[in-house]
Amino acid sequence: MLRDITLGQYYPAESVIHRLDPRTKFLGTLAFIVALFLFKTFWGFLLCGGFIIFVTALAKLPIKFLIKGMRPILFLLLFMMIFNLLLTPGEIIGQWWIFRVTKEGVYAALFMGLRLVMLVFGSSIMTYTTTPNKLTSGMESVFGFLKIFKVPVHELAMMISIALRFIPILLDETNKIMKAQQARGADFETGGLIKRAKALVPLLIPLFVSAFRRAEELAEAMEARCYHGGKGRTKMKPLKYHLRDLIAYLSLIGLIVGCVFIP
Amino acid sequence: MSLILDKISYYYGKGTAFETAAVKNITLSIPDGEFIGLIGHTGSGKSTLIQHMNGLIKPESGNIYFNGADIYDKDFKLRDLRRKVGLVFQYPEHQLFETTVIKDVLFGPNNMGFTKLEAEVAAYDALKAVGIGEDLIDASPLELSGGQKRRVAIAGVLACNPEILILDEPTAGLDPAGRTEILNLLKKIHEEKKITIILVSHSMEDVARYAERIIVIDNGEIYFDDEPRKVFEHEDELKKMGLEIPQCTQLVRKLKKCGFDVDEDCLTVEETLASIKECFGIN
Amino acid sequence: MVNFDKVTFEYIRRDEDGNVEGINKALDEIDLDVKKGDFIAILGANGSGKSTLARHINALLKPTEGTVYIEELDTKDEKNHLSIREKTGMVFQNPDNQIIASIVEEDVGFGPENIGVPTKEIWERVAEALEKTGMTAYREKSPNNLSGGQKQRVAIAGILAMKPDCIVLDEPTAMLDPEGRKEVIKTVTELNKTEGITIILITHYMTEVVGADKVYVMEKGSIKLQGTPRQIFSKVETLAEYKLDVPQVTWIAHQLRKAGLKLPECVLTVDELVEALKELVQYD
Repeated sequence: MLRDITLGQYYPAESVIHRLDPRTKFLGTLAFIVALFLFKTFWGFLLCGGFIIFVTALAKLPIKFLIKGMRPILFLLLFMMIFNLLLTPGEIIGQWWIFRVTKEGVYAALFMGLRLVMLVFGSSIMTYTTTPNKLTSGMESVFGFLKIFKVPVHELAMMISIALRFIPILLDETNKIMKAQQARGADFETGGLIKRAKALVPLLIPLFVSAFRRAEELAEAMEARCYHGGKGRTKMKPLKYHLRDLIAYLSLIGLIVGCVFIP
Repeated sequence: MSLILDKISYYYGKGTAFETAAVKNITLSIPDGEFIGLIGHTGSGKSTLIQHMNGLIKPESGNIYFNGADIYDKDFKLRDLRRKVGLVFQYPEHQLFETTVIKDVLFGPNNMGFTKLEAEVAAYDALKAVGIGEDLIDASPLELSGGQKRRVAIAGVLACNPEILILDEPTAGLDPAGRTEILNLLKKIHEEKKITIILVSHSMEDVARYAERIIVIDNGEIYFDDEPRKVFEHEDELKKMGLEIPQCTQLVRKLKKCGFDVDEDCLTVEETLASIKECFGIN
Repeated sequence: MVNFDKVTFEYIRRDEDGNVEGINKALDEIDLDVKKGDFIAILGANGSGKSTLARHINALLKPTEGTVYIEELDTKDEKNHLSIREKTGMVFQNPDNQIIASIVEEDVGFGPENIGVPTKEIWERVAEALEKTGMTAYREKSPNNLSGGQKQRVAIAGILAMKPDCIVLDEPTAMLDPEGRKEVIKTVTELNKTEGITIILITHYMTEVVGADKVYVMEKGSIKLQGTPRQIFSKVETLAEYKLDVPQVTWIAHQLRKAGLKLPECVLTVDELVEALKELVQYD
């Protein structure tokens, strides 16, 4: 069950999108999100939708895999859509008890839903095609200017990349502890909210204990391998822009311009 | 009283490109009171197999019967199965969560619907069986040594009064003294409480010493299921699976080949020593 | 290469309120001298102090009394830490908790990055380290999909890429299955033979120390026995006192010798014992 969460995981493949500079992908994702909120008509959807499908194809990502990654946000998506559907004022097309559905509401819900789906799609393409290490070194470089304001950019980037590395390990561990407690008769599946929350204690405490133990051991291993912060550190994979990055930037500018001027 | 697995199969990543069979068409019968060794290396499917035995994993195909009842029948209560088939996972000390040893051991019995008195009797009994003394029952599990933690975790499962106790590599990561301690403990529990024990291990030497029946699993399939001396006759096939028969059994086999009059079925060092001594006429 | 001079390490036990409960001596006046290119093994039960000793070699811990020198560098001096850690790499017990990156080659490159090796040379070092540990085929894989033995080989490669003179392995096989254990021991033995790297292997599996030049047995923070594997293995009873056991054939041979058979002092393999027994019969 927990194995199904693919969000934020790297999907290894040989593609031009995988080879793009992580800064391009990071800034590109931001640009794409901006573009998503710029257009106001159906044509904008087609443009952005077409763009994302094109990028997915270029990245050689199986659609199934992407859709699977949507599962964790399904609840949020439904919630937002229903919220928009019922609370947008305008021309009433249906009514039931205290709920009324308006034409504007239907549009708003659809727009919101599609935007959110594309937003998650777009950002997950970034994480699927970029190794956590590259992604963090990209972010480290993009946000590098913050160092002037004493923001520990390198340390934050390192923390994120380690967190990403340990997500699958901790998920496995959660699964294992859950089963071990189930074997002792624990019940995670039935009962009211309070009972279920209480049932989580035997799962969460061992998980925290284990996470702390891992953190301690990892810190020791990093120290043993001469880690001493960002000072004097070189990079195995330094960032370098190529022609493909220029093309990517140009197409993103094209997308934004398109979204602004589309009828 | 018995547990029967009838032609069970289970796949990982069902429906994806990564689909692999974890266990294939396995049929097994676990009668009362046996001490069974389940052997196979990492990834052989042994951990998946044992999770079927108390309903933590549902097979894709095949049936599991406990005392004659299909455990996936509508009327069957999985919780009853989990009480009667105790499963101790690898590194079980990682599941301890309570503030004191006794509270942690009570977790199982309380979940299983024991009365307060029954639960306490069972918990104290289990702690005694694993050799945790009165002085430690109110200690925090985090303060104990590695070996003690593991014994407390085993007590946590034992306190549910299971009829079958399955342990997944209970000696992993312990030093030699710790390993012997745990194994002797299991033997004692088996003899005194008449509990069926399934010991999952990759040490042939441990299994040979304690088990009366050995099941060898590789690639999700059962290759051998017999008493130890019969299984060890397949020395070469076992070697291909990355498993070695105990050193002392190897020794007597080789000696026999060289013409020494020794018993080639020796399973433990004591038996081997006695047999060689006899052969040389010393005592 | 590694030199311990009367090293004592104490830690203070405190109760819940932070009051001192007592002082434990994890190491008690340890003297140790490891020469370059040696393969030494340190045996001991859990809690014997062997892991504490390992952490002193890498300057992760500093002695309460006495001095640890790594090629003349005193571990007490903070300024020496980076060069000490570059010279003496360390492999830990849990394979998962020492791999930092999500891709094998990036993890191997982590050490060289930290010590400021130029990019081009990092790539050369990574390729070489993966080759020497036999992990080249996995360089672009995620560590999560590797077996325990393979993960430990990645950890060893990560150390190798820092070009160390010495590798300290703190129970590297405790969490592995027999196959993985063999893999790791074979890898370090080869590195010792072909690269001349000093190996300090800490373990409680007796069979793993058979190939070592010298074996130390620790108990309660001090070194109780030292000698070649054969010298150590012949002391079956003493080892049992220290909660260690010998391979089955060694035990059998020892008992037979005690019962009066004229066998060599220490037997390590099945074949050795078979041959020795055959010889006995011929003399009769």
